[in-house]
Amino acid sequence: MSWQRQVLRVNLTKGTSKVEPLNMEWANAYIGERGLGTKYLSENMDPKADPLGPDNVLIFATGPLTGTMASTSGRYAVLCKGPLTNAIACSNSGGKFGAEMKFAGYDLIILEGKSPKPVYLHIVDDEVQILPADELWGKGVWFTEDWIKSHHSNPNLKVASIGEAGENMVRYACVVNDLHRAAGRSGVGAVMGSKNLKAIACHGTKGVKVDDPKRFMKVVKETHKKLAESGGRKELTKVGTNAMIDVMQEWGGLPTRNFKEVQFEGTSKINPEAVVTPNEHGHVNLITNKACFGCTIACGRIAHIDKEHFTVVNRKEYWHASGGLEYETAYALGPVVGVDDVDALTFANFMMNEHGMDPISFGVTLAAAMEMYEMGVLTKEHTDGMELKFGNAEALAVMAEKTGKGEGFGKELGMGSKRLTEKYGHPELFMGVKGQEFAGYDSRALQGMGLGYATSNRGACHLKHDVFGEDMEDISGNNKAKPVKDSQDRVAMIDSTGLCLFTTAGWGVEDFVAQLDAACEGSWTEERCLESGERTWTLERMFNMRAGLTGADDNLPKRLLEDPAPSGNAKGKVAELGKMLPEYYSVRGWTKEGMPTNETLNRLVL
Amino acid sequence: MQKSLLIDPDKCTSCLQCEMACSFEHEGVFNPARSRIKIFEFEHGKRAVPYTCTQCAEAWCLHACPVEALVRNPATGAVEVKDEICVGCKVCTIACPFGTVNYNPDTGKVIKCDLCGGDPQCAEACPTDAITYVDSAWTGYERMQAWAVKTDSKAASA
Repeated sequence: MSWQRQVLRVNLTKGTSKVEPLNMEWANAYIGERGLGTKYLSENMDPKADPLGPDNVLIFATGPLTGTMASTSGRYAVLCKGPLTNAIACSNSGGKFGAEMKFAGYDLIILEGKSPKPVYLHIVDDEVQILPADELWGKGVWFTEDWIKSHHSNPNLKVASIGEAGENMVRYACVVNDLHRAAGRSGVGAVMGSKNLKAIACHGTKGVKVDDPKRFMKVVKETHKKLAESGGRKELTKVGTNAMIDVMQEWGGLPTRNFKEVQFEGTSKINPEAVVTPNEHGHVNLITNKACFGCTIACGRIAHIDKEHFTVVNRKEYWHASGGLEYETAYALGPVVGVDDVDALTFANFMMNEHGMDPISFGVTLAAAMEMYEMGVLTKEHTDGMELKFGNAEALAVMAEKTGKGEGFGKELGMGSKRLTEKYGHPELFMGVKGQEFAGYDSRALQGMGLGYATSNRGACHLKHDVFGEDMEDISGNNKAKPVKDSQDRVAMIDSTGLCLFTTAGWGVEDFVAQLDAACEGSWTEERCLESGERTWTLERMFNMRAGLTGADDNLPKRLLEDPAPSGNAKGKVAELGKMLPEYYSVRGWTKEGMPTNETLNRLVL
Repeated sequence: MQKSLLIDPDKCTSCLQCEMACSFEHEGVFNPARSRIKIFEFEHGKRAVPYTCTQCAEAWCLHACPVEALVRNPATGAVEVKDEICVGCKVCTIACPFGTVNYNPDTGKVIKCDLCGGDPQCAEACPTDAITYVDSAWTGYERMQAWAVKTDSKAASA
């Protein structure tokens, strides 16, 4: 139990769907969500396939704890080969869609082929329809959700959809569910768009059962309490993830103006205090916090834009509340582009959600464009007459909307930073790994983070490892390989349960294991769970090797390897990847070239 | 002392722990579609409002039932559905002005809040105290107190 033991397979080319039993051997080896999704993806497609072609496979995957009373049980992942990286893409999201998909009876939905015309999936329990999306194509996420619920007269439907960015195959388009939660990174929305699939709408009435209900409820009561009492949880509830902006500013790890600097002079205008302080019109940005399904943290922020702000002064349609700034959005729409106008950041964030784009990749791409503009490589002729200088809030707002809608210079920004900087002859200005842009942490000031970025299977990502403690304790690259490897495996396990990584604010491995063991049949130990995480990590790696990536792709930009951090705790330091990477390959049981050895593969039964 | 559910929408984060606790208590499975309490969200989540049966003293549902399947529990004050009597005619779902009695197609019976026999699991599960179980005669106590503080001139000037 806990798994629904059913997979929905949809062939979009033929317009058919069928239900098949979940492979329980794989579920036992990979748990669910990220791990199980990776196994299904590996077995269902050729990693050499064109990511935007019909042979790519798109998988929506829940975990065994998705839809249960375990805290943060709303999560699901979207997997495919990524169009930004040509590597495996796995983005997870909260909100309420994932649990609803499970309640309808499916652990996974596998989408194959390409529909000849725009369609959306309408699922109510066993009833699965592939319906024309003509009235939705060309529309944003917010319109799409409203239209589908009202068209089916069913407000209980939960919707995961793409905006215009996904339709236009912006390389970092995301899948958005419940208006402002997103499977945000690696361009999974572009793959959905390439398949002519606009949305999946779902309602389920089957519920989720667990193996040992009595023990599960006892464990859940304890884990709820433990999470409630943790200081980290309290901070996330009260302030949200943007608490990090002050921490990184003080530390000197806040990437600013395309990573030329590591501290930003304008943080006090976009930090947690700024969003609760009235502006000159008496407007307060933040309204309240909000939870995803099952979540007892509620780190999400709901905000609104000052009606007198230039972005919305004549646009009443953006006067309502919606998803507010979290750390990564604040960083990528703020310091990295040099903007400190909190309403402009909030407007750009609304654009990301409505049109379906990853704010991290958008912001870092815009930052590279701004640097090229200031160098004179780009001029107003390229940028639709816009002064694309660092710090220009109008440029941020206008380009966010243009990129979302695929207009003018926005089409170029939609390529992502790697392709944009290559096109204009400055590949060294791309700030990312394997084609995916960096999150808001500088590798020179957080060495383990740098190693994590370089080795992350989906390209630069801050959520695939967890070594903040080690990085802040020792600013050098010493002894980082093992903690990075161990935390990568641990996070892969947590991502596979169907719960949210932020619960680690209060929980250790034992808490995830106790909940899994009560919910799922069989015996789940820490050893088994962590080995499953390592298996998932290694299988992701093997997918990438089969796709044609090599150890040479585990790299960082020259700027971080050669230009010392100009200020902060890491002043004078560069990223010590050359030292850390060989150690990392060694603790992973990989060759010097970064290939898992046969011995390692056999040990993990791969 | 009779107790009632006290709902404070300002505290609700829309996590749906209450809906899961409710369905687990009554159906043995986590299934918000069969929850007796429901959260409504407005304006992209700006506001979330838990809503369930208020256990009317003169209960429309109870009066409307042609087979007397709806019965008042004297200990809790809740109107409960007797499954063995209910014929699934749904007249009570029409009679209830608040919509809090609903039909369950899986069982052919109606479902409504029964206060879990005096230990409401929604209140137990709510992480923010948006749902509490308090003295029926004093559900307004905290709001009165909050307004009283505002009219206290000493507190206001302090």
